[in-house]
Amino acid sequence: MKRDSDAHVANAHGHTGDHSGGHVHRDDIGSKMGIWLFLFTELLLFGGMFILYAAYRFIYPDDFKSAALELDPVLGAVNTIVLLTSSLTVVLAIVALQKKNIKLCMTNLWITQFCGVIFLVNKYFEWTHKIHLGIYPKGPALEEMTQGQTVFFGLYYVMTGLHGLHVIVGMAFIGFIMYFIKKNYITYNNYQKLENSGLYWHLVDVIWIFLFPLFYLIH
Amino acid sequence: MANGTIAGQHPEEVSFYEYDGKRKGIMGWLLTLDHKRIGILYLIAMLGFFAVAVSMGVLMRLEMLTTGETIMKPQTYNSIFTLHGVIMIFLFIIPGIPAVFGNFLLPIQIGAKDVIFPRLNLLSWYLYIIGGLLAIISLFTGGGIMDTGWTFYVPYSIRTTTNVSLSVFAAFVLGFSSILTGLNFITTIHRMRCPGMTFFRMPLFVWGLYSTAWIQVLATPIVGITLVLVILERFFGIGVFDPNKGGDPLLYQHLFWIYSHPAVYIMILPAMGVVSDIIATFTKKDIFGYVPIALSSLAIAFVGYLVWGHHMFTSGISDTSRVIFSFLTFLVAIPTGVKVFNWVASLYKGSIDMRAPMLYVMAFIIVFSIGGLTGLVLGTLDTDIHLTDTYFVVAHFHYVMFGGMGLLFFASLHYWYPKMFGRMYNEKMAKFSCWVFVIGFNVLYFPMFIMGYLGMPRRYYDYLPEFAPYHIVATVGSWIMVLGMIFMFANLIRGLYNGPRATENPWDGTTLEWKVPSPPPLENFDKIPTVHYGPYHRDWEDDRNEVVKEKH
Amino acid sequence: MSHLNLSNTEEHIEREAQHEEVHLEHAEHDTGFGTYILVWLGLVGLTAITVTLSGISLGSLTIITALLIATIKTLLVANYFMHVKFDTTIFKVFIGVCIIIFLTMIVLTFFDLTFRNPLI
Repeated sequence: MKRDSDAHVANAHGHTGDHSGGHVHRDDIGSKMGIWLFLFTELLLFGGMFILYAAYRFIYPDDFKSAALELDPVLGAVNTIVLLTSSLTVVLAIVALQKKNIKLCMTNLWITQFCGVIFLVNKYFEWTHKIHLGIYPKGPALEEMTQGQTVFFGLYYVMTGLHGLHVIVGMAFIGFIMYFIKKNYITYNNYQKLENSGLYWHLVDVIWIFLFPLFYLIH
Repeated sequence: MANGTIAGQHPEEVSFYEYDGKRKGIMGWLLTLDHKRIGILYLIAMLGFFAVAVSMGVLMRLEMLTTGETIMKPQTYNSIFTLHGVIMIFLFIIPGIPAVFGNFLLPIQIGAKDVIFPRLNLLSWYLYIIGGLLAIISLFTGGGIMDTGWTFYVPYSIRTTTNVSLSVFAAFVLGFSSILTGLNFITTIHRMRCPGMTFFRMPLFVWGLYSTAWIQVLATPIVGITLVLVILERFFGIGVFDPNKGGDPLLYQHLFWIYSHPAVYIMILPAMGVVSDIIATFTKKDIFGYVPIALSSLAIAFVGYLVWGHHMFTSGISDTSRVIFSFLTFLVAIPTGVKVFNWVASLYKGSIDMRAPMLYVMAFIIVFSIGGLTGLVLGTLDTDIHLTDTYFVVAHFHYVMFGGMGLLFFASLHYWYPKMFGRMYNEKMAKFSCWVFVIGFNVLYFPMFIMGYLGMPRRYYDYLPEFAPYHIVATVGSWIMVLGMIFMFANLIRGLYNGPRATENPWDGTTLEWKVPSPPPLENFDKIPTVHYGPYHRDWEDDRNEVVKEKH
Repeated sequence: MSHLNLSNTEEHIEREAQHEEVHLEHAEHDTGFGTYILVWLGLVGLTAITVTLSGISLGSLTIITALLIATIKTLLVANYFMHVKFDTTIFKVFIGVCIIIFLTMIVLTFFDLTFRNPLI
């Protein structure tokens, strides 16, 4: 409470050193608000895809069921657990930083990165296996399938692909944060950037929480 | 105006043009984080794109002057109307008022030194420029200029050999720019208001920007993903929209209009905020019904999400949803009516000062009413079946878009010109060009209502001889209108060099931007102000009240 | 210019500031490692449940239970991992607006799909 009101007063009073037009002041709540608004745009980006998914599942209920049999629920469940764990380690990293335990904080973030890699490797094997079977857009096996199944796999590739892209971006963000922590730019009383990257990472997790049952668990 | 470095300059003493900070000259502009400079950068870029799109419009009208080929081939005509739409919508109308005037004035109007994320603000401008450049590059690369119309409807957009992918990507980048601006504005309004500036003491322009920003943040991603899908469909044939592969083209239309109908309100809501500000200034009284106007902005923003289906009445969506969408469409008229009635009530017993910005606003109210009422004709299910895809629709959206946002863009330009540039333009010339413009505008677009009603389809290269008189009148109207714009911009540009210096408050305005020098210094305020009254509160009302008190 | 007082003394800021209550949520709550690990266990448990349930044929309830469990998981992640529970009201309002808008989009799209005949 106290620190933020200080930051606010500094805003109200102050010229900062930089007169080139940037008015540097710290507003952690503002920064968090900005990132939340950004998360909304991400949410609705996937939201558009979820609308399509819902519509096509409504149009082709049986095709979706038969197409989903091609996906391995075990692999999906493992990836779910991996992502949930990575989310846990991000929050634990924040707590560790608050308690000034930088080593524990970094360890947790390394685990997060490691989980991200496992998730992507898993995804890679899943995709290459499908492609090997000829199930990809314009692939031989997909050409044989019904229209609903084609649409299912179209959505599958786009949605999991886009999600994978977000995992990579999230890992990059956390990578930068780890560098900042190492350089002491992010400290126990100035860690909004870590918090913001964490929020992004959790959002990626939340999207997977919905993707998993919608693609892997239709029976 | 910027005359380089002044020895020992302090940011409080010189305007933001003269204060260069770390970087001098052109880099001081291209890498600036100052919201006012970014606003000016937007203005310059936007007027460039606007000029291009206007020229295309004039060429289209010229082609329609006679039946058959007049100056161009049919394929060129298809490309030109597509480009005209894409540039006008994505590069001028949607970003127009928020990016230029929002950037310049929002922080000043809420008593802040800048927006909350200045770097993000600069990034938005670069994304805007990159998007614009991509759109231009797409003209000269790939399989030729795209010919899908600005709506990029599938399945044609995934089959045509023209360069749709790059143009669509350009729209995607522009959408990203729009999202970042919206995000920045919402956070700025929540976090940066000066002491005493409650939500209900914000100028109505800020309310308009706030409502708009929510649409930008919550609707733009939908069109973003849709456009990405079109690109993926073109490159990989993923089969999400292609009917041959089981896709449903109607879902493309749904997703497209889920964004593009609210986008209409991105265009008009800030413009309506400008109307409120200008009316309060030039009637010399507090605006009537401040709170209803403020809340109706939010209401329009929300209702805007409910009505997209009226763009799809004839596309084959279910009858039930057509009836529901038609009903919901009429709901928009309620908050819009609240605004218009409050504006008119504000005029009542005001001491109206018919200066150039006010004249533009008056023209707006009339022109926009025609556009709005014809919108009801199109929103009604059965009349829409007759009028859809005719010139009636073209006339309607030019009346609401160009007559709405366009006229108010000019009104804002005239209203805030002294603040932005520190000079005055020639008042008589400004009014004269307004008249020429509005007359040309009506001569151009009104015949389109009639020929649309008679059955002239839009986007057609050729027409039956019986439509010739209307087309000739409209084409002549386009010349008059462009003449009006030439007068207007010539006057404004002349004012930059020869106009008399503007005072701090040339219009006797009450909002915060009129309390700072013209043009404002780098950090806007010497000291962050503290506000005690609503935005349109006038001193003399206090005096009058005191007189009244004394009498009793 | 009586209505624009340019003074900016501390009292004025104290007295006039109408900003939303500023909190540093980090200072507000002291959630330790324990709570987060419990939440994580809950999330893993729910994943196990949803996988198990998918093996049982529930007919039209399948999709509903799957979405319900996913929603519960999301609530856990949002409230604890994303600290929404400890955030000021304005964040909750924002999230509510976002969700309402998204649901509106789905519902209105389905007014078309549900009553369209033939579907494709």
